[in-house]
Amino acid sequence: MITVNNVYKSFADLKVLNDISITFEAGKTNLIIGQSGSGKTVLLKSIIGLHEVDSGSIFYNDRNFTAMNLKGRKEIRKEMGMVFQGGALFDSMTVEENVLFPLNMFSNSSEKEKKERANFCLNRVNIQNSNHLFPAEISGGMQKRVAIARAIALNPKYLFCDEPNSGLDPVTAILIDNLILEITKEYNITTIINTHDMNSVMEIGEKIIFISKGNKVWEGTKDGIFDTDNEDLNNFVFASELYKKIKKIS
Amino acid sequence: MNLFENVGKFSRFLVLVFSKPEKSKTLFSQIIREIDKLGINSIGIVVIISLFMGAVITLQTAYNMLNPLLPDYLVGYTTRESMILEFSSTIVGLILAGKVGSNIASEIGSMRVTEQIDALEIMGINSANHLVLPKIIAAIFINPFLYILSVFVGIMGGLIAGSLTGTVILTDYIEGVQYGFIPYYISYSLIKTAVFAFIITAIPSFYGYYVKGGALEVGKASTKAVVNSSILILLANVILTQILLK
Repeated sequence: MITVNNVYKSFADLKVLNDISITFEAGKTNLIIGQSGSGKTVLLKSIIGLHEVDSGSIFYNDRNFTAMNLKGRKEIRKEMGMVFQGGALFDSMTVEENVLFPLNMFSNSSEKEKKERANFCLNRVNIQNSNHLFPAEISGGMQKRVAIARAIALNPKYLFCDEPNSGLDPVTAILIDNLILEITKEYNITTIINTHDMNSVMEIGEKIIFISKGNKVWEGTKDGIFDTDNEDLNNFVFASELYKKIKKIS
Repeated sequence: MNLFENVGKFSRFLVLVFSKPEKSKTLFSQIIREIDKLGINSIGIVVIISLFMGAVITLQTAYNMLNPLLPDYLVGYTTRESMILEFSSTIVGLILAGKVGSNIASEIGSMRVTEQIDALEIMGINSANHLVLPKIIAAIFINPFLYILSVFVGIMGGLIAGSLTGTVILTDYIEGVQYGFIPYYISYSLIKTAVFAFIITAIPSFYGYYVKGGALEVGKASTKAVVNSSILILLANVILTQILLK
């Protein structure tokens, strides 16, 4: 479980996060949604410590991440996996080397065991026969799946995904969404996903947090979205004609 | 950003770079890879440039020695001294600042803008240490070998050019190369080469590591890295020469 308490963050005079408090539950896919520029990426990067918050605190279970020194944070980061928007695969390494990388850095297993684990993770995300290809040689969807394999290589307790299906076709996007959901359930991971893709919200959104202009405006489940009278959320969710029609039907 | 801010930021960067590596086994294999990438891959350019510079130094010296009182062996002597004292350390350093420096800045800069550095940080890895330390160690190790190679090839270039054009008699040239040799000059230049190797790797890494934005900014960082590391090489050259040859 990750708890965010009264977090504020600004860059120079620009206030990006304003008194954000959220609890992200384990074994659930927690989705942060909002328009581009609403502050959701800054929130995610603040949670993982890539941005320092101005005030407030972030707890990983009962461990106060914001109050920790670099050494303490490094230990918690070993429990994290992250899927970046562009995949962020190391382009000088092959697919297999990318997945092996965290194992080589932090695992004391034998070379054979590490290779087995890497191949297990690659199989888990349905990547076969591509171990020796470089990231530039595989499709965007495959890159995302390799990124997921790398993120789960060390059995993380916390999984963070920043726009995991941006730039993907709808079919591949659903595959990635379902893969993240399955992995979350399988390993009881606390998963936080940043997205503005409404298909993802409807497909895997177990807990949804809506951020607008740096404020937490709404929190609930995907079913609750249809019943809400929150104007900002309605404007965001039902922006397209398709979703307007779906709302009418529902 | 003002100079003092940059110096402070660079100092903090160096503290990160020179902290304890995550895994020494990984560091070793990275150093080997960097030696290949930064050193072995630069052999070609070092050989070509040294060969032609040695040739030009020999020809220019020979054509400007109009005074009959000057001994013929001075041509070989001048070529050797030029190569050892200045060309093979400073000029090769400047050339490598362009080749290796731009490569490092764009590599690390691209990693920054594509979030690969963030990915390292999320894994709990000190990214500055992981990416930059192997490059610095590799360059400090391999560049002195490139220096020695450059001296040798430059002298050979002078010998070939002098012989082919008939401006220098082979025996005179060889006599000049052997005349009045001061071994300390080699030590002096090796020290300079090691310092330049640090500048060539650390400065571009710094510019690449803190790049913000996209491809355009990576290009700008790469240019800044080459310009500033070249200036620093020239500055370090003056300071080291004053300290070491006083």
